[in-house]
Amino acid sequence: MNRRFLNQWLLAVTASLFMSVSGHAADEAPDALIGRLTRESLDIIQADKAVQAGDVSRIIEVVDEKIMPHLNFQRMTASAVGPGWRQATPEQRKRLESEFKTLLVRTYSGAMSQAKNLSFSVKPLRAAPDDKEVIVRTLITGRGDPVQLDYRLEKTPGVGAGWKIYNLNVLGVWLVETYRSQFAQEISAKGIDGLIATLTERNKANAAANAKPAKS
Amino acid sequence: MRSSSFRNSTHGRMSRSLGAGLALFVLMLSGCATGPNANPRDPLEPFNRGVYQFNDAVDRAVVKPAATIYRDVLPSPVRTGVTNFFANLQDAWSFVNNSLQLKGEAAGNSLVRFGVNTFLGFGGVLDIASEMQVERKTEDFGQTLGYWGVGAGPYLILPLLGPSTLRDTAALPVDAQGNLVAGVGDVSTRNALTTLNLLNQRSRLLQASSILDQVALDPYTFTRDAFLQSRLNAVYDGDPPDDSEPFEPTEENPVK
Repeated sequence: MNRRFLNQWLLAVTASLFMSVSGHAADEAPDALIGRLTRESLDIIQADKAVQAGDVSRIIEVVDEKIMPHLNFQRMTASAVGPGWRQATPEQRKRLESEFKTLLVRTYSGAMSQAKNLSFSVKPLRAAPDDKEVIVRTLITGRGDPVQLDYRLEKTPGVGAGWKIYNLNVLGVWLVETYRSQFAQEISAKGIDGLIATLTERNKANAAANAKPAKS
Repeated sequence: MRSSSFRNSTHGRMSRSLGAGLALFVLMLSGCATGPNANPRDPLEPFNRGVYQFNDAVDRAVVKPAATIYRDVLPSPVRTGVTNFFANLQDAWSFVNNSLQLKGEAAGNSLVRFGVNTFLGFGGVLDIASEMQVERKTEDFGQTLGYWGVGAGPYLILPLLGPSTLRDTAALPVDAQGNLVAGVGDVSTRNALTTLNLLNQRSRLLQASSILDQVALDPYTFTRDAFLQSRLNAVYDGDPPDDSEPFEPTEENPVK
């Protein structure tokens, strides 16, 4: 019972990673943006055969094209790495960002086939008009209990849709915070390069494990 | 009135003595929990890691293989029925805890769910109430304590039972009383039901646990940080106070 949330959490992270964009309209309200992205992402997850089958290269393609424009992934990585980010060279930062992204995308691609018959609602936004950072709360419903899915967005006037996501929360668990302690452990034991090496190794191992057609 | 306050004080005494025992236990162990990376919410880390390893070994040797067989042998609709059956029993306990937290609407929904599913859903096997859009809000006694201001206390991994906190562990005996399966008189039926519930829950986590092995750099830390956040979120019904210290970009590390 204590770990039941995990299953839904992973499924919903997957769903949230699959957001798409169509065109760059004038700056959108953050809740309207999230609503549009969620609708479009659910359409892709449930319609694209390659995505449903867990085809990793296709999923990475979709993520790069549709999702990355709406994420401030550098800020997500910096925030997960914490104080160590200040000591990192530009080259190290780039490596951290790309390995972290690969880890998240590759891992969650396995849960794709579970996403079926999902719908969602966006809760009313509680924010002042001049807020630079807001939280948008949504609820994904399908079979089983509804899944809480929240986003932190920062205002980026004129860039993209005017807002970028820099953290997300599934069933009460913020993604960045969940990695912060793990990254800090690695850095204090082996330094920034040690963390990069660990991430790279893990991605290689995951790629090898996923190449074998194993039944979960 | 008198009898209910008597019951409360018995429960109170029970959880107090249990709490005192645990506090002692915590003090005994906290001496060894130091180090540069000691997490303030996890002073018992060395002990917890030991229990985590034990649980993991039991899971790999016994529970996971059994749950895999369970999943492969039983067709999906049967497993859904099992899930619904136990979730329905939980709704009854959620009614009690929603009431204790003065959450009228959620308590009403729990009661309606339990009534509808028990009588129209063949003892809870069918989840008719969800079809009727009656929302489920699961609450246990640990959340009730949290609602009335009891802090979570240190993170604690229990042998076989998994992640918990000091508060939630103190609440366990009360939750056990509220578990309708525990009220089944016949011992072998009760054990069979408990085993079925366990197998079914584990089978639903098979995919998630294999993903955990891939996504976590340190599964212990990953599970802890996710679990503690999730419990705090549950106590505050999805809107916990924001006490995180976000890492702010500065001039020397500009963020696009």
